[in-house]
Amino acid sequence: MTGGSTTGDDGAKATPAAESIPASTPWPLWEVFVRSSRGLSHVHAGSLHAPDAPMALRNARDLYTRRNEGVSIWVVPAEAIAASDPDAKGSFFESPQGKDYRHATYYTKSEGVKHL
Amino acid sequence: MVQNLQAVSDSQSEQVRESAASGQAYFDRIMAEDSRIEPRDWMPEAYRRTLVRQISQHAHSEIIGMQPEANWITRAPSLKRKAILMAKVQDEAGHGLYLYSAAETLGTPRQKMTEDLIAGNARYSSIFNYPAVSWADMGAIGWLVDGAAICNQVPLCRASYGPYGRAMVRVCKEESFHQRQGFEILLELANGTPEQKQMAQDAVNRWYAPSLMMFGPPDDDSPNSKQSMAWNIKRFSNDELRSRFVGMMVEQVEVLGLTLPDSEIRFNEETKMWEHGPLDWNEFREVLAGRGPCNAQRMERRREAHENGAWVREAAAEYARKTAAWSAEAAGVAS
Ligand SMILES: [Fe+2]
Ligand SMILES: [Fe+2]
Repeated sequence: MTGGSTTGDDGAKATPAAESIPASTPWPLWEVFVRSSRGLSHVHAGSLHAPDAPMALRNARDLYTRRNEGVSIWVVPAEAIAASDPDAKGSFFESPQGKDYRHATYYTKSEGVKHL
Repeated sequence: MVQNLQAVSDSQSEQVRESAASGQAYFDRIMAEDSRIEPRDWMPEAYRRTLVRQISQHAHSEIIGMQPEANWITRAPSLKRKAILMAKVQDEAGHGLYLYSAAETLGTPRQKMTEDLIAGNARYSSIFNYPAVSWADMGAIGWLVDGAAICNQVPLCRASYGPYGRAMVRVCKEESFHQRQGFEILLELANGTPEQKQMAQDAVNRWYAPSLMMFGPPDDDSPNSKQSMAWNIKRFSNDELRSRFVGMMVEQVEVLGLTLPDSEIRFNEETKMWEHGPLDWNEFREVLAGRGPCNAQRMERRREAHENGAWVREAAAEYARKTAAWSAEAAGVAS
């Protein structure tokens, strides 16, 4: 029933996960984005469960901004986020590769010229 | 964080979809480069299982860990101490929630983890099965227990699983206040009346050995450690972390004007490690087996809190359902 260290290392062997228990009505998952101060973008802070958007915002405030970490919060239903496919690693992000000319550092002839 | 996100795959990606073999190669490369694995990456089943187990146990420890301190909120000696203790206990609830979120990204639902804990199928840190019998225990818990937790958690900020590392960064930022407020409680008692000083010493005496055991069994008796280190989850062994912790406490206890109940502490010049007296690993195993002083009480309290909160969870879900239905109806009328 109890374990060893805070980090779960009690020296016991890992046991296979138990049969999952049927869910009643779990609250949906929300992703939380926090703007840490005016002028900065919202950044993903983590996630939480809440029954609706107003509760998700209140919970996000209590969970992710207990020490003035934010001036604005967005909550987004996790299922509403579309993400790129991690299995497509290479190909999806292929096009910028070999296109060094998109970076200022590609242009070296102007070295020494001021304000350029 | 982001687990349930639907992936948008393009036709190109379908063609190059990786098999488990190339998934393993990718995973191995990430490990070799000491980079990070993110939720939707391919990972070995055992890596996933180890993480779910470790992160959920860690979360349960934060949640159960609220009890010994919450128990003293109404009896705090001043309004200031009461406010501080409430803030700390609230932080621990937050730590539990950050960690449950991280575990969820591995595909284990929150509800399942909650049920496992309530049903007594999950583990949590043995330290929280010891009683907090005096106000000085609030000091000793903050100083020793949160102190040991910090020692354990700082290297976990670099754990190879991204969401776990990020949760730990957030946790570690908050923990230093926990340890300092505990230290301050002890310092004030140690500089108080002889009775108060004795109370502080007594608390340190009781919490010292259990806090050393928080690092887990000795290295030669820790079957999971090697694999966890190979996977860049764990960065230092149990004994290394314990030794580091003892070294820090030896210095700090002098500032308190108290002593550690261990006459065998010494710095080994050869190994450059701090050594301590023997720990009662039988007691550790007893507490582990559910026979610690407070196991039954902690579980009972957690179950009660969960059951007593059921109506709140249900009412909130029902309110959300009804307001959604009403606004859908209103939108229908308007159009
Ligand atoms: Fe914590
Ligand atoms: Fe803490």
